[in-house]
Amino acid sequence: MHKLEIQALNKTFNQGTINEKVAIHQLSLNFEEGEFVTVIGGNGAGKSTLLNLIAGVYPADSGKVILDGRDITKMPEHKRACMLGRVFQDPMMGTASDMGIEENLAMAYRRGKKRSLRWGISAQERDKYREKLRSLDLGLEGRLSTRVGLLSGGQRQALTLLMATLQKPNLLLLDEHTAALDPRTAAKVLELSDRIIAKHGLTTMMVTHNMRDAIEHGNRLIMMHEGAIVLDIAGEAKKKLTVEGLIEKFSAVSGQEFANDRALLS
Amino acid sequence: MHISFNSFLAACPGAISQGIIWGIMALGVFVTYKVLDCADLTVDGSICTGGAVSAILITGGMDPMLSLVFATLAGMLCGAVTGLLHTKLNIPAILSGILTQLALYSVNMRIMGRANVTLLGKHVALSLQNIPHAILVSGIIAVFVISVLYWFFGTEVGCAVRATGNNDNMARAQGVNTDNVKMLGLIISNGLVALSGALLAQYQGFSDVQMGRGAIVIGLASVIIGEVILGTHSSFAVRMSSMILGAVIYYIIISLVLQAGLNTNDLKLFSAATVAVALAIPTIKTWALNGKNGRSTHA
Ligand SMILES: Nc1ncnc2c1ncn2[C@@H]1O[C@H](COP(=O)(O)OP(=O)(O)O)[C@@H](O)[C@H]1O
Ligand SMILES: [Mg+2]
Repeated sequence: MHKLEIQALNKTFNQGTINEKVAIHQLSLNFEEGEFVTVIGGNGAGKSTLLNLIAGVYPADSGKVILDGRDITKMPEHKRACMLGRVFQDPMMGTASDMGIEENLAMAYRRGKKRSLRWGISAQERDKYREKLRSLDLGLEGRLSTRVGLLSGGQRQALTLLMATLQKPNLLLLDEHTAALDPRTAAKVLELSDRIIAKHGLTTMMVTHNMRDAIEHGNRLIMMHEGAIVLDIAGEAKKKLTVEGLIEKFSAVSGQEFANDRALLS
Repeated sequence: MHISFNSFLAACPGAISQGIIWGIMALGVFVTYKVLDCADLTVDGSICTGGAVSAILITGGMDPMLSLVFATLAGMLCGAVTGLLHTKLNIPAILSGILTQLALYSVNMRIMGRANVTLLGKHVALSLQNIPHAILVSGIIAVFVISVLYWFFGTEVGCAVRATGNNDNMARAQGVNTDNVKMLGLIISNGLVALSGALLAQYQGFSDVQMGRGAIVIGLASVIIGEVILGTHSSFAVRMSSMILGAVIYYIIISLVLQAGLNTNDLKLFSAATVAVALAIPTIKTWALNGKNGRSTHA
């Protein structure tokens, strides 16, 4: 059994209108337990759409998503949430800004559990959160009740990452989660991601616009173009990849220059 | 146009009792408009449903306090209808509320059998004929409501409600069924609004099918005034208490402008204009900032 199995997935936005856009086309993919896959591709290649289809943000037109042997294609987003950890490109998106750090963590801690009329946070939890926050090394352990809205983008992404992995997810989905951060913070959050993924042996899909990051992290690399996978490299072959080599491969499969100039700049 | 200090003081107790009663309504508006970030217009209808149910039950011989429970339940039902229209049938929240509100006009007429039910000579829980007593009763109920809400929003379910209002994307990613949460919020909100309507009917001695007209504006005004005074970042209990305070201040202002000679028929225009200005303050502030700095403050 594969960890994640995607079979002939299709998604078209605004079907039947002049704005019709095929975002994912006949995409099939298998992940094995513990694989850390980096995903690259130009703007509009369908990377976010693929992650959103796995997470159930919107339904697929056809095809199947099977996670740990369970067909989740038709499962609503909030039900899949118990199996998935997600961090988004926008630091605002993964946390509730008007709620405290501990309240956000408590929300994540209850992912997939039935929410009752018990008090929202227990005292033992607080200790646990403090310890987890200390491991982020951002000085957040002393600010449990601080509103998340007061944190910087990097702190919010680190917190979202912690929330995504507080309950060990079957699959971790990172969608350009460092793209909105300045280079130093981005590197720190990325290093943190590596550490958490390695510690729990998480099966991970990480979209990045940065080719070097895509090469240096993870143990498998996927390139997407026009809603399909055009390159899939793992193991030793991945270790030998270079940014130049990747750009060349991209031009070869897509017949065009790599459109994402951010990738070249970094 | 002369307001004497004495006449102001004389008007104060009435404004306070009325303010507390409407403050409970404002708490209902707070739950949807502030906590859930969803403007619900059901309230103009459900406040009257509360009054109608309570009035009819009292004329039928029920204990006025007990009638409050049934009025609250009736309001919760109204909220559930709007919730179903919105979450199950995907009708926009505003429109769902308007539809329920319109339908409730007929329902309220059915409940009362006529446009107006008087409670004259009936035993009521509070009345404008004994204002200190009315302040006491409505005050106790307000404290009770705030305590229950404070507890609720601290629970796991309550946290899920707050998270949904704050960032529904995050809430879904953390496994919250945001549709159910919105439904729950609308039910709680309209329950409170109907409770306020029931208290209002008893206080004024009648229930009228028109009594809810413009209620949402009074609720919003109270919420806004409350936030201006006690801020949006104070503790949850303080924020909720500020809703009651906001409503009291709203009624004190109203009684002042009435004494200053404002025609009662112009009152709704005055209220609407006040709320419009208050809602526009953030935008006006941005204009002022842009003028000063010569750059946009929009992110
Ligand atoms: N919600 C949506 N509605 C309409 N079109 C969309 C939507 N989401 C994505 N698209 C389109 O689908 C294509 C793939 O988008 P996306 O998956 O976001 O690309 P990326 O690889 O840059 O993450 C793009 O052409 C985009 O414009
Ligand atoms: Mg994207």
